[in-house]
Amino acid sequence: MANTPTVAIVGTGQTRYQHRYPDVPYRDLIFTAVNRVLADAHAKIADIDAVVYPMAPDALIGVSHAERWAADAVGALGKPFIRVNTGGVTGLSAAQAGYDLVASGQYDVVLVAGADRVGESGDAQEILNRIWDPFYERSLPLNTITMLAMQAVRFMYKYGSDERDMAIVSARAHRNGVDNPFAHIQRAVTVEEVLASAPISAPIKLLDCCPQSSGGAAVLLCNGDLAERFTDTPAWIRGVGHSTETYWMGDRVGPKAQCDHADSEALRQAAESAYRMAGLRAADMDVAELYAPFSNIELHDIQDVGLCAPGDVMRLSREGAFDRDGATAVNPSGGVLCANPISVTALVRVIEAALQVQGKAGAHQVAGARHAIATGIGGDHQYFGAVVVSNTLP
Amino acid sequence: MTPTEANEQIVIEERWNLTYRHSAGPINSHFFVRLRDAGELLGRFCPTCERVLMPPRSFCDRCFVETTRWQPVGPGGRLEMFTTVHRKFQGLPDPPYCFGYVLLDGADTAILNYVRGIDLSDAAAVQALGVGTRMRVALADKRQGRMSDFWFEPE
Repeated sequence: MANTPTVAIVGTGQTRYQHRYPDVPYRDLIFTAVNRVLADAHAKIADIDAVVYPMAPDALIGVSHAERWAADAVGALGKPFIRVNTGGVTGLSAAQAGYDLVASGQYDVVLVAGADRVGESGDAQEILNRIWDPFYERSLPLNTITMLAMQAVRFMYKYGSDERDMAIVSARAHRNGVDNPFAHIQRAVTVEEVLASAPISAPIKLLDCCPQSSGGAAVLLCNGDLAERFTDTPAWIRGVGHSTETYWMGDRVGPKAQCDHADSEALRQAAESAYRMAGLRAADMDVAELYAPFSNIELHDIQDVGLCAPGDVMRLSREGAFDRDGATAVNPSGGVLCANPISVTALVRVIEAALQVQGKAGAHQVAGARHAIATGIGGDHQYFGAVVVSNTLP
Repeated sequence: MTPTEANEQIVIEERWNLTYRHSAGPINSHFFVRLRDAGELLGRFCPTCERVLMPPRSFCDRCFVETTRWQPVGPGGRLEMFTTVHRKFQGLPDPPYCFGYVLLDGADTAILNYVRGIDLSDAAAVQALGVGTRMRVALADKRQGRMSDFWFEPE
């Protein structure tokens, strides 16, 4: 591995996330995000050797084979082009695909760019019900909310947490989102407001939920030898990892389960792989941008990426360990609870991790951030990915 | 963001109404036929990890080998995870409803279905449901070889 190229994130681009964009069509959202990443990296479209495009279920934007429509908006003319789809982790998987293309030595400069329009589908949850097996499970009202409400039930059973522990997560995320100019939700909420919000799918309530967001996001990756051409402050991709849980949620309970639905062994494996590659430990992370579309998911995320011992997350969360000035700032951007443009949500985690170690996060900057982990979750709590970025190479 | 010359924004509304015919294959078909005709729930045995898999499948993803025989499971079981839904999702049933995964007696993995037989407007009855609550399979009188042929009720 001695000759493996280093890989740097040398630019990021985002649009504001919001429910709908009545005045900006899908392709123009991508075009805008790409122009912003090019401006950030002082790059031209001609500098790009290959393009990776994240797109989760086509039905969310209502265009089959959306990559055909999107190819020219990501500047793919005359270049190799790859679509990646791993559900909610799609954006982070696309970033890892981009990383691999550069680390392999095949390409020097790779663009990862996409967008989503979740607010344009009538109800994303009707579409997300279609991700289940047509024989045994789809006829039941599974969707990403009910599936993860059951995760909350398992987590409470296993660790003795309660709805207040979930509300504390949501209040922290919303407090952080106020300072993120790209966040869809920029409004602080109190723990009591979360607890009093409308019941959705017990124990998940309205203010435990992410919004349905639209927006575009892009990152520019390059061979580390070329990084200074684009930026003085590269975010080095030090480690990457992915792993997969069984499709069958019912296999994640009972005495013979390999991993309880409360937790994710695959997330633990993905994070461990990324830390090992990076030569870093969980305790080295100053920032963690963890994929948590519902407040309960952040509790298991924090444990599974190793930021605390199993069972300690509720106490540490109450004590402020994951606040912006805590031991590890968790979701200082406001996280997925403040914006969920599904196909690029996990790419936004990578972008936010990069901005933090670049010192470019603005009002939500974590002082002195050197190392950050970003994660993503896709499928039926099935695909998990992690990326570790740093402001230095080893 | 993008300059607009016209004040009027055109919106195209579309509906996708696609028809699929999903072939269930011999293993899944046998399960649904036995459920319909005998009111029996059958799991599949993996010879390597020795788990009885529910829902039944032709292969075990953990061991990556074919399952080898049928094993009757239930009708009793343990509620492992569940949720009561209060919000209407487009295209999904009207709330409130409760559904969850039950580890049927003799099975090693849990199967999903509705939880009925409790008054969801009765907070105490809903509160009494928890991980570990004993459940029993209830069968529809007229069965069609579908998941709707059965549901769970507290024992």
